[in-house]
Amino acid sequence: MKKIEAIIKPFKLDDIKGALHELGVHGMTVTEVKGFGRQKGHKEIYRGAEYVVDFIPKVKIEIVCEADRVAQITETIVKIAKTGKIGDGKIFVTPVESICRIRTGEKDKDAI
Amino acid sequence: MKKILLTTALLILPALSWAADEAPTAVSNAAAIVLVQEHANYLWTLIAAALVFFMQAGFAMVESGFTRAKNAVNIMMKNLMDFSMGSIAFWAVGFGLMFGTTSTGWFGTTDFFLSGWTPDGDPWVLAFWMFQCVFAATAATIVSGAMAERTKFTGYLIYSAVVCAFIYPIFGSWAWGSLLNGNGWLEKLGFIDFAGSTVVHSIGGWAALAGAIVLGPRIGKYGKNGEVRAIPGHNIPLAALGVFILWLGWFGFNPGSTTTADKSIAMIFVNTNLSAAAGAVLAMITSWVMFKKPDIGMSLNGALAGLVGITAGCANVSPTSSVIIGALAGILVVLSVYTIDRMHIDDPVGAVSVHGVCGAWGTLAAGLFNMGGPTLKIVTTQLIGIGAAFVWAFGAAFILFKVIDLTIGLRVSEEEEMEGLDIGEHGATAYNDFQVTK
Repeated sequence: MKKIEAIIKPFKLDDIKGALHELGVHGMTVTEVKGFGRQKGHKEIYRGAEYVVDFIPKVKIEIVCEADRVAQITETIVKIAKTGKIGDGKIFVTPVESICRIRTGEKDKDAI
Repeated sequence: MKKILLTTALLILPALSWAADEAPTAVSNAAAIVLVQEHANYLWTLIAAALVFFMQAGFAMVESGFTRAKNAVNIMMKNLMDFSMGSIAFWAVGFGLMFGTTSTGWFGTTDFFLSGWTPDGDPWVLAFWMFQCVFAATAATIVSGAMAERTKFTGYLIYSAVVCAFIYPIFGSWAWGSLLNGNGWLEKLGFIDFAGSTVVHSIGGWAALAGAIVLGPRIGKYGKNGEVRAIPGHNIPLAALGVFILWLGWFGFNPGSTTTADKSIAMIFVNTNLSAAAGAVLAMITSWVMFKKPDIGMSLNGALAGLVGITAGCANVSPTSSVIIGALAGILVVLSVYTIDRMHIDDPVGAVSVHGVCGAWGTLAAGLFNMGGPTLKIVTTQLIGIGAAFVWAFGAAFILFKVIDLTIGLRVSEEEEMEGLDIGEHGATAYNDFQVTK
């Protein structure tokens, strides 16, 4: 089992959610985050004082799935989230040790 | 039969009374006519007082919008209390000092605790008190913005009582005492300040300056090499809402100062609006030129600067002059905010610039743009008033804040300032379902 962590531009979230739903992915966790990579911050000015905003708002999507589905899911995310401009984001895939569904007690693959 | 008789009798009765009296005339109705005008005066004055009261909400929203979320509860408490404690202090002591009978022309000595009112006496003193009370509270609340995010709540409570009991009313007695039982030395010189550019706004603004200086800047505001750092406010829409509320309230502040329901309020309304509008536009343009983008905070300050700037002369300058006065106030406030920040005096909302500096400008403008013609005597008198206000308000407030600082302490600890005053002073959070990030 694998966890896919995708950091994307916030306005792409709805399209990705729709595409993943069509793929049969029915669960995900979404967090609002801030970060930067090669996309530098920007300057803002407040009452005459300039300041740099380094951290840019992004959205992180976490999906847990079976290993054989990872490629399909990540390709879909890349296709939809890509704008071609700096700041499109990154995807990290990590192994998952165990899963448990709290309501029923189902474990691992049955809990996906 | 009985019904017919009764109905006929009832119908005839009014005709009988008409047949007996003479037609009414203006002379025979004279007392009633005067009474109608008096009633209108009460109505207008008290409606205006309610509008000025609502400015307290305006100040609260502006201050909160321009400061951080972790201090929002504290800002609300300070605004609630400077009005509430101020009202009580003004009732007990301030009103008497400002409008009581005076032998010196420097402060009143009667009318404490509204002793001038009796149940069967003239209630005008109550209407007048109500109107003056909300004015005193306006001066008091100006200071909370400049001292935001680092002031001990107890220190601020003491200040609220003292400003409405002494600092505001004593100067007020010099300029406005004769509106009731007093007779101030400054008004005897012919000082023009119709609704209080100096009496209310400069007094508040210079007290704010004293507070900001005694307190020192917020942690992190100025860098080691003297850089000015931005500490952005947490809710710009709230700040904008506050300015709109203040603009609305000012339609009570300026025209209400006639305390008379007559045609003169029309020009005062127009002057007020034009000056605010010009202030907002010119502040926006000035910030656009200086900072390459039209700045919301500066533009909002500009509207207020225009309002403060017209407050002294709203009854003796023309609408065209109001546009000029407001426009210059809008430019001035941006330059002032910028300069005061570079002097490393931390004023989170621009209170000193809006109320102190533009209050002085508005008072001078009332002389320069006087419709009867600006004379040297008029302009000099305005300058005397401006100077006296600075010396009195800044001086008295500086001493007050120093005494508070040396006794109970005026500023919170570094740790508390970083955590936020909401937790340290009030054990509460303003936005319990949101995450506070800075």
